[in-house]
Amino acid sequence: MPPQTVSLPSSSPPPASPSLTKDAADAVPRIVPVRRTGRWAAAVAVLVLLALAMDSVIRNDAFQWDVVLAYFATASVLRGLWLTLWLTAVVMVLGFALGALLAVLRLSGNPVLRAVSWGYVWLFRSTPILVQLLFWFNIGALYPQILGVSTVSLLGPVTIAVIGLTLHEAAYAAEVVRGGILSVERGQIEAAQSLGLGPWRRFRRIVLPQAMRSIVPPAGNMLIGTLKGTSIVSIIAVQDLLYSVQLVYHRTYQVIPLLLVATIWYAAVTTLLSIGQRYVERYYARGTAGAR
Amino acid sequence: MSTPSDAMVEIRSVHKKFGSLEVLRGIDLSVRPGEVTVVLGPSGSGKSTLLRTINHLEKVDRGWISVDGTLVGYRRDGSKLYELREREVLRQRTKIGFVFQNFHLFPHLTVLENIIEAPVSALGHPRKAAVAAAEKLLERVGLADKATAYPAQLSGGQQQRVAIARALAPEPRLLLFDEPTSALDPELVGEVLDVMKDLALGGTTMIVVTHEIGFAREVADTVVFMDEGRIVEQGPPADVLDHPTQERTRAFLSKVL
Repeated sequence: MPPQTVSLPSSSPPPASPSLTKDAADAVPRIVPVRRTGRWAAAVAVLVLLALAMDSVIRNDAFQWDVVLAYFATASVLRGLWLTLWLTAVVMVLGFALGALLAVLRLSGNPVLRAVSWGYVWLFRSTPILVQLLFWFNIGALYPQILGVSTVSLLGPVTIAVIGLTLHEAAYAAEVVRGGILSVERGQIEAAQSLGLGPWRRFRRIVLPQAMRSIVPPAGNMLIGTLKGTSIVSIIAVQDLLYSVQLVYHRTYQVIPLLLVATIWYAAVTTLLSIGQRYVERYYARGTAGAR
Repeated sequence: MSTPSDAMVEIRSVHKKFGSLEVLRGIDLSVRPGEVTVVLGPSGSGKSTLLRTINHLEKVDRGWISVDGTLVGYRRDGSKLYELREREVLRQRTKIGFVFQNFHLFPHLTVLENIIEAPVSALGHPRKAAVAAAEKLLERVGLADKATAYPAQLSGGQQQRVAIARALAPEPRLLLFDEPTSALDPELVGEVLDVMKDLALGGTTMIVVTHEIGFAREVADTVVFMDEGRIVEQGPPADVLDHPTQERTRAFLSKVL
């Protein structure tokens, strides 16, 4: 970083004081902004470093861009990508459904239901998802049979992945939904009550649309986190995007280019999701001052 | 428990506590159909709480309230009052309109959608009829051109007029106003009071909690002065406002007039 420069009144000499009143043609003095020398220098330095980094990436043959290209859209990689996408979608939908239920329980008047909801969130947020997943993977050791069927044959790795990720996701979703519901002003509910709207109608029509304004940003965060987080299922041999490139590089030893294949796919999908999030946010912001 | 047939609202011996704080200490009040009752009193006197008990937004600890001959929130059986299920309370509420100090319009719905919400989803009216009725109400409050606007695009006074139209939409027998002009800029108070005067002249039964003494003098049939959870004095505005018999009423009026 270049030293922070303080702009000094340097080049232009201070005008003679009477000029303010004297010069009739130019009665209003012109405003000269401060010179941001440091800002310009920093920008140039960063651009140079960036160019050097780009150059090294493009010209370093060890990246093996030809290999990246060759595997980028192979059937096995696309199958892995597809599994990652649907696993993310299923986990998000089930996780938020269970999370919404947990949030409603937590806000209910029934102390037992409140405690159960709190306990669930505590348990699933307090342990690493990796540990939870390994635990579910080995559930057969605790319950060798479920309803007379052997646990191992009943719960394959993909089912385990869905269950493990969903239960974990729900704990976070519960807090996001609860925060959203609490963000709705108490007066909104009273107004709906005074108009005679029933509890379900109040929730569906009045509370939820307003809660969505504060639910969507963290939910978008969670969606992107979940998409990347599903890569953890590769440790229980579920053939997601990461696992399918691993299968290739275990055979060919081209670790870096195949990791790049996965990286580029992950980044591409998360970019699309971020763009989508902006439109969803705009939809739920309707009626607020910033939206129109 | 004999409800005089000529009363629209009957309040008997109503008590209410918040924790250890006694907010209402035995309120008795009758309002005849078509009458405008203005409730005055210092803040903390319990007047807003009283208003909120009338449509069961607050439950009473003792006593009872009836509107149009029906107990609010309870069913009487012998010497006991049984709390009603929410569904029944909600049906009662459609007969009682409530206007809040801070409007509480639904910000994500347009003006028209705000107004037709109760007729359509609480009363099951057909949407078309509800829209036609809402347009008439908007005309009545002078906002016929704002049907498609969102609340945030309106001034405070316009928002409160929409809120009044929304409260009128289920065709209530009674309108309750909780300090309807207290959140407004001074220059916007008049337009809301004008709508309220118009309703009063049209024969709507109204109970209004307010600090607008001028409105009370001009529109009220009865002025009620409350302090520390009790009704200190009540009567026609000419008596209560100009010749108060109680010292506390005099002290309050000398501060606000």
